[in-house]
Order: sequence, then structure tokens, then C-alpha cells
Amino acid sequence: MKAFARLLDQLAFTPSRNAKLTLLRDYLGHAPDPERGWALASLTGALTFDAAKPAFIRKAAEARLDPLLFSLSYDFVGDLAETVALVWPARPGANREPELPEVVDALRTASRREVPQLLERWLDALDSNGRWALLKLLTGGLRVGVSARLAKQALAQMGDVPVADIEEVWHAQTPPYGDLFAWLEKRSARPGSDAPARFRPVMLAQAIDEATDFVRYAAADYAAEWKWDGIRVQAANEQGQRRLYSRTGEDIAAAFPDVLEALEFEGVIDGELLIFNDGHAAPFGDLQQRLNRKGADAKLMAKFPAGIRAYDLLMDGEEDLRALPFAQRRQRLEVFIARLTSSRIDLSPLQPFTSWEELARLRADPPEGDPRIAEGLMLKRWDSLYEAGRPKGPWFKWKRDPHLVDAVLMYAQRGHGKRSGFYSDYTFGVWREDANGDRSLTPVGKAYFGFTDEELKRLDKFVRDNTVDRFGPVRSVRADKDFGLVLEIAFEGLQRSSRHKSGVAMRFPRVHRIRWDKPAREADELPSLEKLLD
Amino acid sequence: MGPLMSSFRQLLRNTPEGLYCPPGDFYVDPVRPVDRAVITHGHSDHARGGHGSVLATPETLAIMAARYGQDFAGATEAAPYGKAIARGGVNVTMVPAGHVLGSAQAVLRWKDITIVVSGDYKRRRDPTCPLFEPVPCHVFVSEATFGLPVFRFPDAADEVAKLLKSVALFPERTHLVGAYALGKAQRIICLLRDAGYDKTLYMHGALASMNALYEQHGVALGPTAPATDAARNALPGEIVIAPPSAIADKWARRFADPIPAFASGWMTVRARARQRHVELPLVISDHADWDELTETITELKPEELWITHGSEDALLRWSELNGITAHALEIIGYEDEDE
Ligand SMILES: [Zn+2]
Ligand SMILES: [Zn+2]
Repeated sequence: MKAFARLLDQLAFTPSRNAKLTLLRDYLGHAPDPERGWALASLTGALTFDAAKPAFIRKAAEARLDPLLFSLSYDFVGDLAETVALVWPARPGANREPELPEVVDALRTASRREVPQLLERWLDALDSNGRWALLKLLTGGLRVGVSARLAKQALAQMGDVPVADIEEVWHAQTPPYGDLFAWLEKRSARPGSDAPARFRPVMLAQAIDEATDFVRYAAADYAAEWKWDGIRVQAANEQGQRRLYSRTGEDIAAAFPDVLEALEFEGVIDGELLIFNDGHAAPFGDLQQRLNRKGADAKLMAKFPAGIRAYDLLMDGEEDLRALPFAQRRQRLEVFIARLTSSRIDLSPLQPFTSWEELARLRADPPEGDPRIAEGLMLKRWDSLYEAGRPKGPWFKWKRDPHLVDAVLMYAQRGHGKRSGFYSDYTFGVWREDANGDRSLTPVGKAYFGFTDEELKRLDKFVRDNTVDRFGPVRSVRADKDFGLVLEIAFEGLQRSSRHKSGVAMRFPRVHRIRWDKPAREADELPSLEKLLD
Repeated sequence: MGPLMSSFRQLLRNTPEGLYCPPGDFYVDPVRPVDRAVITHGHSDHARGGHGSVLATPETLAIMAARYGQDFAGATEAAPYGKAIARGGVNVTMVPAGHVLGSAQAVLRWKDITIVVSGDYKRRRDPTCPLFEPVPCHVFVSEATFGLPVFRFPDAADEVAKLLKSVALFPERTHLVGAYALGKAQRIICLLRDAGYDKTLYMHGALASMNALYEQHGVALGPTAPATDAARNALPGEIVIAPPSAIADKWARRFADPIPAFASGWMTVRARARQRHVELPLVISDHADWDELTETITELKPEELWITHGSEDALLRWSELNGITAHALEIIGYEDEDE
């Protein structure tokens, strides 16, 4: 993100067209794929977001900084995104700085509800220039005077080719333009419809709106399959060229030599990268052990064998199937996969159903086996062509509802900024029975959002009124079988963890409801939580 | 107001001439000519000519002499860092402020009260002057030039790297860096040398005397040459340093397609840079940023904070939130030399 932010900053201050060209050419020549492609797309307006509204950004900042200090700052600076970028307090130990492709990828797939959390985490990890670039990107405010024409000229200079050559192929190129850069850097031939094993832009699904979409669309028009909890990949083997792309066109083959070796076919498949144990999908945590690596040794590959669960076929030999309806592609895919001998590539099965009601029941209570750890369901129209982007209607994702658990508040810690006077970070636990049959609470997670300002005040008062011990910024709150506050916690998944005393770790926990009414002894027990392990 | 407050005012109070110390009968950084002055540093808004007598560090006296002539005051007394000097019943000690060459905090001790008038200061390392030394005190008198949470300055070395990267990218153009003649210009030169830039640096004529003075005080600047006698389209690929007012001036047109750069804390805010037609803003300041201000106050925990000039509102609010008694003195006549 640093180099991209720097480029934006410089372009914004540079009036001269020639100097802009120099800056662009320099950036495009140095930044890696697919970052530079996404950067180019966002500069030329080929990729836009309006993921965050100004009111939300301001609210997030005021949660970190006294609102009066914030408005004094805003008055002085005059631009909201810039003010927030400048005043956002550094959070020591924040996450790794996000790279542009990660941000693009997350924004393309995140729901509206997820964006705020993502944004806060990114702001914590970036420096002020990076925050500025991110906020400009999110609010669609990247106005730095780069036209498509200027971009093409920079590309032409970069590859030392005539601009006309770029223009001839430009219309067929899509972000992040991997083929184009490979050609300009003399690593491959000029891209055309025939460049083998090139990245084909991916078709994405919309989140279904349960209130309106089921009325609008007929169940018989759709196929359903499970939404696997891995990462989306495109695996290609064409004319001896093997590639494994992430959804954003990043070539991740280096980390998955085992998968690459299994691509014993001629064509391009679309599927989910998973870790397989005896043909069964392993939880996402296992796959994480293999992601973001430069390679993989034999031991790692033996412990976490990777493979692909295929759900679409884009190229069958030399035949492009993308213009065929899904029903036909699916038939071709089944035949294609059946021919393969490797156990590393299998078929994502269709889930038969006759009505939306029946499908809803299946989603709530998936059948034994892999569907139990699926993220939900995918719905694909039988007649849908394979279109790049996220068209509304042909494909839907229908995620599983979050898990809920009733836990007891155990510890509270002071927050930051506007919340610095409040105990706003909550550690909660569930009951566990020891060998003697005594029940005690064991912490299972920590949440710091999901409540309103009013609720925060009540929670804070509860913490202060019921403190039994304090160490540093942390207060221990009374929590026993006779007394305690029950929090209904929502979370996306549960994994084994040796770092936690309880042996489990939650994904995305947040306070769903505060159960002022519920006796602490009626909160959930660890074994019932363990049943939810991915 | 309690008795303690009034005893602080007995030692130092705000008057139209500036901060006045009745028991020592002197002013600190007065904004008008007075009989006796203690001067924290050589910037013109703090160090004016025409006082009866001036007490300051030897470096500051030398700077004043270079700016206003040898007879800039009726009498002078040099107060090296750390040496206590009696003025009436008051002990005056000059302690490094880390702002520019010779810059000092004036530490006033009287009876059992200590007041520190910090002048302008920063907490970062600066190759041209010693580091700011925190002195425990009852009253800390602080500037607030950059007293808003938006001002969090990056590492100066990163900003200089930005400049050098641009020089490499545009070898056919002159980089024209606006920097205040006293302090900022010499600091930029030293930062460039630290970054390994050993080519000749070209100087606007207005910088010559301060550069020479810094070198006399042991700050090595490396090879420099005057930029003023250059021909048209001169000095492609070179760095020219000039006072901020010169970079948008007719003077600048002689250089090869110059890229105007400006080294100042104000460059934090994009609109400020655009107003001045700066194409390469360099966020380098000799003042404390928001974090340095608040961390210094937190570290010193004075009973009272007095704010001389700058953005008082935010610092007053911060003090209120942090339980620190603070007053704005609203001294008229101090301006920021970066502007
Ligand atoms: Zn000054
Ligand atoms: Zn000043």
C-alpha cells in the first residue's frame, strides 16, 4: 500500500502531464503484480468503490479521538478523509499493513456490514499517507488526473512499444492486467485471445437478500452447492503452461507445488483451494498454514495436503465454455473431473432441492460430512453465462447465520479515543466442569464492538460497580454462578487453539445482545461450544 | 486563584511587551525593545534588535550579531548551556531546546519556584543542535505552533529520501527546496549529507551568512556553491536551497523546469501545499508536533501549562481531558518562521 499511496500523493501535487507520466511509469515498473494492475484500474476509474460513507468514517474517527479535538482538526484541514488519515491514533502492535490487492479483494467480497471492521483494522495498520490513500479509494475520491489515455501512454513507455499497440489489446484486458504487464516486460507474447494459461476475470456472487430475492426468483431456475471455506482459485494448464491464480489474478502457484503437479489436464477450472484429509475438506485454519508463503516443503505439504474442489469449467481443451449456460458447463465439468486421476481435484457436488424452504432447512442443518463446515450455500442460475464481475441475479451466496453463544463477562479493559474513559473491551467465558464436578468459567474470547453508545455506558457502569480485582488497565468483574452478566456473542467460526486456555478460538466475535435478564449460571458450557468446532 | 498561582505570577507574568519577570526585572523574548531581555533563540520574532541588554547563549548572540549587526544591543552577556546566572534574586539557566543552533529554554528559579520558558522546541534528533533537555518545573511555558492532532510529523530522513528519489526520477529538472534561512536550511543540508548525498548543494544568496555561521560553530555542511549567478536553464539534476519566499519568485525561473519543494511542518496539510504551488511537500519541522507537545507535557507534569502562541484551543482541550491546568497567553507578535 505504501508505494501506491506515495504515487497517489505525488500525482495529486504534480500538474505537469510529462511528470505524471514519469511517476506512473516508475511505479508500474517497480510495483509487483497484481498490485500495479489494481492501482492502474483504480487510477483510471476501471475499479471504483463506494464502500464507506463520510458519516461512518467520521464516527469511526470520533470513537478514537475526542470529538472536539476532531472538529478542531477538521476545521483546520477542511477535508474529511485527510483529517481522519492524519488524526487516526497509531495503535502499537496493530496488524501487518495491508497490501493493495488484499484491500481490493476484501472490498469486492465483503458485505456492507463487514466493511467497518475491515476499515478500522486497516487504518490501525497503515501510516497517515496510507490511510489517506485507503480512504480516498473507499470513498471513490481518487481524483489525481490520470486518464485512460495517460495510463496507456505510461504503459507504452514502460514497454517501449507504440501506444497504438496498447490500444489494440486494451479492450480485451481486465484488471489486474497480468498478461499486459508480462508482455510489456517481455516475459510473454502480446496478449490476445490466445495467450495460454492467462488469468480469466472471475465471476462473483452477490449476497442474497432473504427478504426480497426468494420472492423474485424461482427455485427451479437455480442450482445449489455448498460454499466451501477455502480460497477461490483458477487453475490453468494450457499448452504446457500451468498457473494457479487467486481470485484477484495473483499467481500463488509457488506456495502450492502439490496442486500444480495435479493439474494433469488441458483447460481452466474454477474452484476452491482446500486442505484435504482423506478426501474431506479441512477447516480454513489448516489452509492458512499454507497461504502467503513463498514455497512449501515436503513436511508442510504432507501435513496439510492441498487440492481443489472444482465448481466450474472455463476452458475445456481449447474450447472456451464461458459463453455456455451453467447447466452445460456443469455437465462438461463433471465429465472433465471424472477423467482426472489425481485425488487432489474433486467435484463440488450439487445439493438437490425442490423449494427455497427445503434449501433453508438444509442450510440451517447441513447433512453429515463436509457440508457441516461449509460457509453456507451458493446459488447459480442454470442458464447463467460466465460473466466477469458481480452481476446481480445469476449467482448468489447465502452464508450461514453466525453462531451464537451465551457467555459471561469476566474481564473488561479500557478502550481508545472517545472510548478511552470507558471499559469497552470485554473478555467473556463459558462454564467448564472439572474432574471433581466443580463448574468454573473459562475465557473463550474477547469482543469490543456490537453495542450502542447507550449500552456501552451501562456496560461500563456494570464493570465499575462489580469490579473484584484490577491489574493495570484490566478489571476483573464478578462472575460466578450466583451473579454475572450474560453476553450473547455472535461469531463466524470456531477453531482449536493452543494459545487459549479453553483450547478454542473464535473468528469475528462481537456482542450480539446483552442479556441483562439471564442468570449467569444459565450461560453456555464449553462442550456445547466445542460441538461448533470447524 | 490560590496562593500558589499568584506566586507563579510573582515570578513571571504576561505584559504587552511579552513575558516579564518582576524579581529579576527582565523580559523573555520580548516583542518590543526593553531594557533587559533574555532571548531563547535567534528567530526574528523571538530575538528582536534594540534591547538595552541581552542575555542569551553564545550561539544566539552570534546569530543576532549576524542579523542585526554587532551593536544589536547595548550590552550582551553570554550564558552557555547549563550555567546558572543570577539576575536580581532569580537564577537563569539556559538549557537546550533542540529547535535551532543555540536555541534554549530559559529556566527561571526563584525561592522554591521553577518556571521553564521553552521558546520554540522539538524533541527529535537534529544534527545542528543538541537535543531538548526536559527540566522538572512548576510552570512549563510552551509554544503550540503545531498544536493540533493532525500534526504528526514523519521521520525527517524519510522525507529527505522522498526528495532524493524525486531527484533521481527527474534528472533533467532542478529541485528547488524552500527552507527557512536560520535552522531549517542547515538541517536539510545535514540530512542530505546523512543520506549520503555528497554532491555540491546550491544556495540562494540569503543563506550564505547563516551557513557560514553554522560552519563556524562546527556544523559541517559539505560542498556548497551560490546558485544566484547561474545561467538560464541552469543546474538540471541539482538541488537548490532557498528561502521559502524565493521558490515562487521570479528568481526561480532561471532554473531548469524547477520542481518547487518546501520543507515545513505545514506541509502536513495538502491544501497548504497546494496554496503555495508546492509540487514536492517535505514535512520537516523544527517545532514539536502534537505528539511531542503532549508527550513533553505528560513527562514534565507541570502544575500549570502556559501556552505562548499557536493553536491553543486543541492543547487547552487536551489539557482539560488530561487534568492539567492550562492557560493561553495569546502573545501577539510571535509568528511561525515557517510561514
Ligand atoms: Zn523559532
Ligand atoms: Zn516561534
